[in-house]
Amino acid sequence: MTTSAARGSRSEQTANYAVLAVFTVIALVPIVGILLTAFTPEGSTATGFALPHSLDWHNFVTAWQRGHFGTYMKSSLIVTISVVVASAVLSTMAGFAFGTMDFAGSGALFYLVLLGLMVPEEALVVPLYFDLRGLGVTDTYWALILPQTAQSISFGTFWMRAYFRSSPRSITEAARVDGATSWTVLWRVLVPIGRPAITTMLVITWMWTWNEFLLPLVMITSDSLRTVPLGLAFFQGQHTSDLSLLAAAAALVALPVVVLYLLLQRSFIRGMLAGGVKE
Amino acid sequence: MTHTVARRPDVAAAASPALPTRRSGRRSRRAPGEPRRVGYLYIAPALVVYGCFVLFPLVHAAWISLFNWDGLGPSSWAGISNYTALVTDSSLRGPFVHSLVLLIFYAVLPVAIAFLLAAVLSRHQLRGMTFFRTVLFLPQVIAMVVVAVAWRSIYSPDGLLNGVLHRIGLGSLTRAWLGDFNLALPAVGLIGTWVEVGLCLVLFLAGAQRIPRELYEAARMDGAGAIREFLVVTLPGLRGEASVALTLTIVAGLRNFDLVYLTTGGGPGNATSVPSYEVYHRAFDTNEVGSAAAIGIALTALIFVVTFVVSRAVEGPRS
Repeated sequence: MTTSAARGSRSEQTANYAVLAVFTVIALVPIVGILLTAFTPEGSTATGFALPHSLDWHNFVTAWQRGHFGTYMKSSLIVTISVVVASAVLSTMAGFAFGTMDFAGSGALFYLVLLGLMVPEEALVVPLYFDLRGLGVTDTYWALILPQTAQSISFGTFWMRAYFRSSPRSITEAARVDGATSWTVLWRVLVPIGRPAITTMLVITWMWTWNEFLLPLVMITSDSLRTVPLGLAFFQGQHTSDLSLLAAAAALVALPVVVLYLLLQRSFIRGMLAGGVKE
Repeated sequence: MTHTVARRPDVAAAASPALPTRRSGRRSRRAPGEPRRVGYLYIAPALVVYGCFVLFPLVHAAWISLFNWDGLGPSSWAGISNYTALVTDSSLRGPFVHSLVLLIFYAVLPVAIAFLLAAVLSRHQLRGMTFFRTVLFLPQVIAMVVVAVAWRSIYSPDGLLNGVLHRIGLGSLTRAWLGDFNLALPAVGLIGTWVEVGLCLVLFLAGAQRIPRELYEAARMDGAGAIREFLVVTLPGLRGEASVALTLTIVAGLRNFDLVYLTTGGGPGNATSVPSYEVYHRAFDTNEVGSAAAIGIALTALIFVVTFVVSRAVEGPRS
């Protein structure tokens, strides 16, 4: 009986893997299509899924140079690194206070910060544009860095508060006995041992900021300040006929996040699924 | 531990009488010996930035929505007319209706598919899940701009979809999918399904692995078939995951500006226009800033209500 049960479950296992494989293929088709097209020589009429005869890196070079993607990458790096660092520092401090201290109004203030997880950017972008235009900072990196830092603080604070709440009290207590201040406890004790939590916060903010499209679309008019997603959208407008060039540009846009994701997929998944968790 | 010098937030704390020596303080909930007020200094920088660039714009949007304004000249008081127009003006009602249609593709379909798959897959332990999880979740991390480029090419007149249809003898069905008045909206929606189904599947499979095996064994002992097992064990076991999945996918479905802007631009006509697209279109193309702000606020309210209702309905009144 056991053998027949095992055999039954084996065929079932095979079916399970077949089902998973189908969905894996579905998930991969558009992505593989982009990659295959990107390696197809420029001007070719093939629309993906014809295996290119040889790996042709030409499209990437062309996209990088003629498509200004070198410039766009620089803009994206400046903005993304600024947002990731600034929001990480601010969120860590705020999460530390919300997670380990108890002060009047802390609960209400925390919920106020959580509000930002739900507010869609579409509602903010209209007043942001007119306010920042009044201050003369549209079409600068500031117009991208400041709002995105603010929007990242909601998740960062929520995430870091959860970490600090779960951090072992005995460690902080021991440090306090040694006369350490809260500032020292935070940066010298809790932050170093909280690397997994902090990594998750960093990669999520990195991904959100790198992929952001609406804000640069509204704020940026100079070609030299465009971020890569915005650059790709303009590129799409100019090179609709040349799919292989467009695909190469698209691959360049996705690469910095995808590589990070493949290295740190657990952090990514944990962080992104946390967005739907409510208190 | 000797790095505590001036200019640190604790300087303020040192001035107060509650020094670390009073560790065994009055309230045990407190962190060891920390004067509470220093907490304000820790949250102040984050709150200032958040207040200036999230809360203030939100309030300002609500204010702008009460005016008729072209973005340049003087504005005139509109009262709530920008909001009543959301119901009475069909060019504004349309985008909200489209948005609800898209929710079927963004939320209902992925959750249903993932549930079915989880039901099949969760009856036995699976190996190699790391690989599957990595690939299934991949669409979530790719920029929407890139997703749009990929799918525009698939849907294009000489793209992959029409190519496949030709090859299997359904050439009569081929068309420019994103240019078709009736099919552009479902076509955009299916891109959403593609993006979200992996997220739901990853969530449910992880949740299903956490359901104790004994529950399945007990159900089998009682003679439960696959369907009953799913209804009695899997489905209740995945309530929390279902709530998270629905919340994430609904919010994604309501905030899909990128995809619509980059695939169809709301067209053909306004067959695929959605509120998030309409906000941009009105504020920056047709200079109806007050109306744009009202749509943004309505969208925010819609997201709040829907996520609240979902979490209540799915997770139940417990906790």
